[in-house]
Amino acid sequence: MELALQATGLKKTFTLSAKQQKLEKTKNKKKVAVNGLSFDAYRGEIFGLLGPNGAGKTTTLRMIATLIRPDEGDITVDGLSVVKDPGGVRGRIGFLTSELKLEDFFTPDYLYDFFSELHGVDPKLRAARKKQLFEQFGIDKFAGVKVANLSTGMKQKASLVISVAHDPDIIIFDEPTNGLDVLTAKVVTDFLLELKERGKTVIVSTHIFSLVEKICDRVGIIIDGKMVACDALAAVCDGKSLEDRFFDLYLANETQRGGAAE
Amino acid sequence: MKNNIFTVMKKELLRFFGDRRMLLAIFLPGVLIYLIYTLMGDAMMSGLMPDEETSYTVQIEELPESVEMLLTASSGGFSYVTVEDPMTAVANQELDLYVVFPADFDAKVAALEVPGVELYYHSASMTSSTAYSLFTSLLDGYESMLANRFDVNADLGKTYDLASAEDTTGMLFSMLMPMLLIMLMFSGCMAVAPESIAGEKERGTIATLLVTPIRRSELAIGKIAALSIISLLSGLCSFFGVLFALPNLMGGEMDGMIDANIYGMSDYAWILGVILTTILVFVSLISILSALAASVKEASSMISPLMILVTLVGLSGMFGTATSTWVYFIPVYNSVQCISGIFSLAYQPAHIVITMVVNCVVAGIFVFVLTKLFNSERVMFKK
Ligand SMILES: Nc1ncnc2c1ncn2[C@@H]1O[C@H](COP(=O)(O)OP(=O)(O)OP(=O)(O)O)[C@@H](O)[C@H]1O
Ligand SMILES: [Mg+2]
Repeated sequence: MELALQATGLKKTFTLSAKQQKLEKTKNKKKVAVNGLSFDAYRGEIFGLLGPNGAGKTTTLRMIATLIRPDEGDITVDGLSVVKDPGGVRGRIGFLTSELKLEDFFTPDYLYDFFSELHGVDPKLRAARKKQLFEQFGIDKFAGVKVANLSTGMKQKASLVISVAHDPDIIIFDEPTNGLDVLTAKVVTDFLLELKERGKTVIVSTHIFSLVEKICDRVGIIIDGKMVACDALAAVCDGKSLEDRFFDLYLANETQRGGAAE
Repeated sequence: MKNNIFTVMKKELLRFFGDRRMLLAIFLPGVLIYLIYTLMGDAMMSGLMPDEETSYTVQIEELPESVEMLLTASSGGFSYVTVEDPMTAVANQELDLYVVFPADFDAKVAALEVPGVELYYHSASMTSSTAYSLFTSLLDGYESMLANRFDVNADLGKTYDLASAEDTTGMLFSMLMPMLLIMLMFSGCMAVAPESIAGEKERGTIATLLVTPIRRSELAIGKIAALSIISLLSGLCSFFGVLFALPNLMGGEMDGMIDANIYGMSDYAWILGVILTTILVFVSLISILSALAASVKEASSMISPLMILVTLVGLSGMFGTATSTWVYFIPVYNSVQCISGIFSLAYQPAHIVITMVVNCVVAGIFVFVLTKLFNSERVMFKK
């Protein structure tokens, strides 16, 4: 198996504002969101980051996308370090999360071309790829409508297509099916499987067990910013359902934490 | 990758020129200035000219012959009435003026006595106070005619004000232009930069840009270049609005004395250079504050104190042009001094060159700071 992405000893601590402290119901000024996380992802697989709310999934993905910088540790993408060569990493990945929005004022058609240009995609290649992707996702019907007037599902589709406009080798999706109806969700998961068929590496984060069971080859379970299990799906499940295994791991983590506190 | 800068610029320009609301915000100030000043000029002019239509109701007791002659000679527009109780009528604004001459006024004047005339009027009534001042000046004229010892500027065919149109225009423009221009330029920049930077941050669209391979410096330069072009157009629109409006505004008082044609191509070229580099400073400064703010609203409230400061600096242009070279190293203040200097046609090109260079350097530093801010996750993803 060829290594596509390697995360080693990732750590990220946020300083909380007074408002955030209240929201999180804590008096600590620091919040360790990711705490010594390591994992590998291989070419041609779908890797799932599974964890409850606040586990640190999004934070990890944002570090891969070089939007934020790890306090400790590093991630190499195709051998490029997110710390030393963030620009190079950004050229090789496609990143999609709900926090990345498209400008309301423009149309999907314009934005596709705009982002292709920023990625340095050849104009001829761009046109062919746009036609194919827009047809596949049914965007051609609303390609000329301003983003402001699109429905959530349409926006999500447009974002998705734009995030892969440069045909990246590594695709990172945060909660890919959140907020989508079953039909749209299926279009998205089918697309992820297709990317995998084409030899791409896909990393998804989710808290939905069924999604992991359906599409992931390997899974890493994150609880409290730590990787508590990381292996092939079957090996992690160990004969049980993924959900049962998760509760086992979660309880083990709780008792361990409780023990440490005493 | 120069390409990325152009791609970003193109997007920003499309964003603003494709949006009617934004276009209004950019070009309305100039048009409004022109309209308002022209209307104000018209209003002032018509206020100064005596109105043919209005006539003032006056009641006069013991009208002497001499004054009667003067009154018929003048086109005063008085109509004479007699009412029962003139004082109350004036108080109730039913009568405009009540004049009481002493008996034998003419005889007393001839005998070098000093008779008193009483004029009752109502200062809160426009027509009454106008009638009062018309009548007073008539009497004053008569009085000075009686005791004429010498004349001042009596030859109506002569021009005594030796200031040329150039001088009056220069004085007026160099007093008003710096503050007006600086304020209009600043508000032009304020109309676009917060929207483009704090707005994109607020709506989460800048993060989408930040995950592409574009360099933060390219993003900063592309945005500032596009915003500067838009602000420059807005600034020029305001500039011409003011330039054409000022003669209209002053038309009433200095007819024919205000003429924007006194400025040559080179003067306009210098002005353009100063405006352009000042806008670079404003746009990059406002961009920095916008990057620090979490929303357009927060950006606006951060920028308003700056607006006051800039207006104050603009006011300094009212007090003449500085001659010492070092002041041209102070950004914004130098622009104000240059504009004032150029409009009074008393400027040293060296000072303007220093100003433009200083402004460019300052804008360059601000672009560098903006790049740093775009690189800072604490600034860009503050929650
Ligand atoms: N910018 C930030 N400032 C402060 N705290 C943050 C910030 N971003 C994340 N956190 C905190 O870090 C922890 C991990 O957040 P993260 O978004 O990575 O969780 P997640 O696994 O994606 O959860 P979810 O399933 O709810 O999306 C949370 O407690 C969150 O409140
Ligand atoms: Mg998340």
